[in-house]
Amino acid sequence: MNRHLIEGTGTLIRFILRRDRLRLPIWIASFIAISVIVAIAFAGLYQTNAERIAIAETMQNPAVIAMLGPGYGYGLENYPIGAITAHEMLLMTAIVVGLMNILLMIRHTRTDEEDGRIEMVRSLPVGRLSNLLSVLVVLTGVNVLLALLLGFSLTVLGIEGMGLEGSLLYGSALGASGMIFAGVAAISAQLSSNARSTLGFAFTVLLAAYIIRVIGDLRNEALSWFSPLSWVLRTEVYVNNYWWPILLTVSVALVLMGIALYLNSIRDLGSGFIPSRSGKDKASKTLLSSFGLVFRLQRTGFIIWGIGLLVIGVIYGSLFGELETYFDEIDLMQQMVILVEGFSLTEQFIPLLMSIIAILSTIPVLMSILKIKTEEKNDRLEHLISRAVSRNRLMGSYLAMSILTGFVMLTLSSIGLGVMGNIVMEESLSLGTYYSSAMVYFPAILMMIGIAVLLFGWAAKWTGLVWLYLASAFFIVYMGSLFQFEDWVEKLTPFGYVTRIPIEEMDYWSAAIMVVLAIGFIAIGMIGFNRRDIGK
Amino acid sequence: MTVLRTVDLTKKFGDFAALDKVNIEVGEGEVYGFIGPNGSGKSTTLRVLLGILKATEGRAEIFGKDSWKDAVEIHKRVAYVPGEVSLWPNLTGGEVIDLLVKLRGGNSSHRREELIQKFDLDPSKKCRTYSKGNRQKVALIAALSSDVDLYILDEPTSGLDPLMERTFQEYIIEEKKQGKSILLSSHILSEVEKLCDKVAIIREGKIIETGSLKDLRHLTGTILLVETKKPILDLANVRGVSGIQPKGNAVSFQVDSGEVAYVISYISQFEIVRIESSPPTLEQLFMRHYEVSDKTSGIGAGGEA
Repeated sequence: MNRHLIEGTGTLIRFILRRDRLRLPIWIASFIAISVIVAIAFAGLYQTNAERIAIAETMQNPAVIAMLGPGYGYGLENYPIGAITAHEMLLMTAIVVGLMNILLMIRHTRTDEEDGRIEMVRSLPVGRLSNLLSVLVVLTGVNVLLALLLGFSLTVLGIEGMGLEGSLLYGSALGASGMIFAGVAAISAQLSSNARSTLGFAFTVLLAAYIIRVIGDLRNEALSWFSPLSWVLRTEVYVNNYWWPILLTVSVALVLMGIALYLNSIRDLGSGFIPSRSGKDKASKTLLSSFGLVFRLQRTGFIIWGIGLLVIGVIYGSLFGELETYFDEIDLMQQMVILVEGFSLTEQFIPLLMSIIAILSTIPVLMSILKIKTEEKNDRLEHLISRAVSRNRLMGSYLAMSILTGFVMLTLSSIGLGVMGNIVMEESLSLGTYYSSAMVYFPAILMMIGIAVLLFGWAAKWTGLVWLYLASAFFIVYMGSLFQFEDWVEKLTPFGYVTRIPIEEMDYWSAAIMVVLAIGFIAIGMIGFNRRDIGK
Repeated sequence: MTVLRTVDLTKKFGDFAALDKVNIEVGEGEVYGFIGPNGSGKSTTLRVLLGILKATEGRAEIFGKDSWKDAVEIHKRVAYVPGEVSLWPNLTGGEVIDLLVKLRGGNSSHRREELIQKFDLDPSKKCRTYSKGNRQKVALIAALSSDVDLYILDEPTSGLDPLMERTFQEYIIEEKKQGKSILLSSHILSEVEKLCDKVAIIREGKIIETGSLKDLRHLTGTILLVETKKPILDLANVRGVSGIQPKGNAVSFQVDSGEVAYVISYISQFEIVRIESSPPTLEQLFMRHYEVSDKTSGIGAGGEA
């Protein structure tokens, strides 16, 4: 490579590290903390081999395979705790590591380019490839560091069955998937000419990788080979410790990065390979109100999330047929699941699926309401506030949009689940059952909206906390059955107060209390918003 | 009739007083220039007037109504162009113009096409692709195609080219003829001089001078350009003289209004060949305030020097 293309890369690397001196350590530390905590917890929960084999039995059902990928090492006489931990955690963590790489890559490429910062850097004696190269180097370093630190941290725990090689492989699997998605995001940043669609493009690849893996693992193993998320699962960490998937993943990642660098070298600054289309020179009637604007700005995301949740519903629904046969075959499973008289096992499974679907549905809901914060930060609320739009109407538009989002997401996912479930099952349930088992989560979603509005009205800086709250809700539901939390832990988030339809009698009181609380939070948040300055 | 006024308007961000007892008053049909360097409080004042920021103390009124409490009512008759125009990247310029005009709740976009043509804007492009100047045009077109009584413009021409600047000035003059009031914040002094009836100069959150341009000039005095046979001795120490600048053979300086007679009699002893007098330009007025304040406060003025 010509030197003039990469002049100044070293300085830029230091600059990125300086800008992200908090961000990077926080990401890495979080991954290590969560992995270590989960590993310790599992080691404590499943101490004897009998316990481990028992839990392994319950993990071999299609729902778990769809969610977490296929397990391995089941025939072993001594089933290692590492295999449980890796099966439970590797895929999910790999997705989040991928997410981190995408976000960091776009932050330092398209976002900087769109805001004109790269132009400033490029006017200095700095090579054409230096910026992208420096980001790639930093992210590769972050992934390698993550792999090593995670590997050693898990080793020093001294848990039997989680040795050095396995732990290093576990860390490497995460680091390698991180590199793949750094490469994907780097290419996306060359194709699209703005940060928003770059993010959309990279997320779509991540989501597609997950969905291809789900279908592949359930129906057709050959298909799984098209998803990098499948590759890392083929390492069979702590059992067979295969290293070739890491080699494969890293090689592909390097090829992707090379392509990104090449594309970067042949394009103009500020442009992308997918040209931006020009639009209408007049606004359509539907745009011409504050709600119209809010809807228009969120339309694309709304549609994509809607399709995504419909697909997730359909995927979960498609499991029901296999679940039935599966439950019939395995007696042990029937002992594990708490039996409720008069309900089929499928019916008992619905609330668990719904709690995950509801939490996933809350993501676009919170994104929708918190858009108002982005708009404020970018000085665009001024345009509305300085016209005949009251603050209540403005906030109301965002509220309406987020409530609509929650309603539509729950509706689509439960219809997907119900229709597909009824197709594959011998005894079908009424669609109303599916629908109400989803809608019963609506008050909890309203509560989350209420908390977001409350924070936005009184402490706009801290609105991000609502994401942390949602993440902990997900953690509690996701880990609940394995960790065997005390009852009060579940009650820490609104999702713990939702009736498990169809196996429980509807608790109108708790639903009503949540709605009232949500309205109260929203009202108090609005008062705060009406009293404070608008601006950064 | 007073259209807009602030009374002892104070705005604090934490301990920092961004505005300290600001008093301005815009009458009907007036073009009011609001000048000062970057960070002096111009935009903050305008934002308080629009109910975007809440005043810590004092009052801000438009059309006799409280600009915080009655914001929505007031805004139906006000058009605002912010200093930093940030638009929605995935909407087109045309869509934003229509949206902003509609959200005012008022009437009329009769001039939309004419303005788009005059300002030479391609309305079918996404705002993401617009330069600073083009974004400003979008905000200006949206403001000018609304039928309102008061325009509040925050450095509206800072990104425009000279041709567009002139187009803007023509529209402002036209609006003024129709009896509309305009509050124009700017640091392009020639523009303020050309358009404004009254001027307020703000510095570090305080109004340091206010009045009509004529008053300000009168208060400040006269600029003399003098050529003499003998060199003028000790001019710098003469009572009422400031801002001495050699101009070729001649010398130019400012004379305080009360001291004109005395200064003329002093310099006449050096055999005057040529003498010209002119009112001070706004720039000279402006710079004088900085020089004076710099000496007293010892803090750099920054900004537009």
